[in-house]
Amino acid sequence: MMLSVHDLAVSRGGIAILERVGFVLDPGEALVLRGPNGIGKTTLLRSIAGLQPPVAGRAELPPEGAAYAGHADGLKATLSVAENLTFWARIYGQGDIAPALHAMDLEGLAERPAQNLSAGQKRRLGLARLLVTGRRLWLLDEPTVSLDTASVALFAAAIRAHLASGGAALMATHIDLGLEEARILDLTPFRATLPAPGQGGGFDEAFA
Amino acid sequence: MLALLLRDLRLATRAGGGFGLSLAFFLIVTVLVPFGVGPEGGTLSRIAPGILWVGALLACLLSLDRIFALDREDGSLDLLATAPIPLEGVVAVKALAHWLTTGLPLTLAAPVLGVLLHLPGPGFAWLTLSLAAGTPALSIIGTFGAALTVGLKRGGLLLSLLVLPLYIPTLIFGAEAARRGGEGLATFTPLLMQGGITLGALAILPFAAAAAIRVNLR
Repeated sequence: MMLSVHDLAVSRGGIAILERVGFVLDPGEALVLRGPNGIGKTTLLRSIAGLQPPVAGRAELPPEGAAYAGHADGLKATLSVAENLTFWARIYGQGDIAPALHAMDLEGLAERPAQNLSAGQKRRLGLARLLVTGRRLWLLDEPTVSLDTASVALFAAAIRAHLASGGAALMATHIDLGLEEARILDLTPFRATLPAPGQGGGFDEAFA
Repeated sequence: MLALLLRDLRLATRAGGGFGLSLAFFLIVTVLVPFGVGPEGGTLSRIAPGILWVGALLACLLSLDRIFALDREDGSLDLLATAPIPLEGVVAVKALAHWLTTGLPLTLAAPVLGVLLHLPGPGFAWLTLSLAAGTPALSIIGTFGAALTVGLKRGGLLLSLLVLPLYIPTLIFGAEAARRGGEGLATFTPLLMQGGITLGALAILPFAAAAAIRVNLR
């Protein structure tokens, strides 16, 4: 088992948005989170990644943790593509960045400063970072934003290779990646029932 | 850890990295003071240790808000918080990188600029020594302040207000050590106090700063 989530409740800005979320992710599996804007996909992913504490429940991750990729790619504009990627590879104790550059079709751009990349190229570099983390569990928040069709196919191939090597991926995305094997979890049924006004400290906290 | 240090040093020296900003500010302050105070040597040499220390402190303050704000903006801070290195280590490395790009150049430049202010002969060594002992405290306290304000847009003013009171003990003992050294008095006590402040800050503040970042990332 790669990731198991039990009765997780998360809040954003002091307001509970999801509750009683539970699922299990096994090695080789991909799970796509669906739901309308604001349902709490990002908050759920950040809670599982350990960036914010859940209100209730727990998430059990692999001992080494997960590789998280959020809306921002964490790129330094004045460093080149290779320098950005080498930095993250060394942070995660990995050596070679060549396979990651190849998988995301960035070889021709390796020496270019990140500030001269297009939005889609930046995203590809951000996703290449996942490949140099060496982590088995990927948590992806809207990974395909600003990618064109060809790049989405590259990314889907990278996910498939990751799953085939025993990894797992949990992602929030709206577009169809062409991953038939991916399970889909709609978060709408887990929407938190709003507490009645005046109950608890929720009201004041919301305006803090 | 080493990779993070090298990246920060590299970023500081690339275009727009802010390296040299503090040094230029320090130079401007020390050049302007004789114009404002007047060229009379006795007055200048009496205020030189204090002016150099205040100048170094303000120059240090100038670059603090870059420590975490840039990493927060481009998402690196989230990724570092989920990386296999402890956040306390990230804070310590960031403080070290700040000192190497700010505190160390200021320490090395101070004796040169001391000439402009008629710093008394024996004071040069003591000024350098007191800056070398005190600027690490400025960097680590500033890193703590930057961690507290990392979630705020344009948090620079709040950062300065938070950090300045914490800088005062370092300033008092640092300038006192440099002044006493210049007048040929014993400098042991102020230097000891200053070293104590620096070591205490180094021991405690990385943990406090990491806790502040965790709260601000929520």
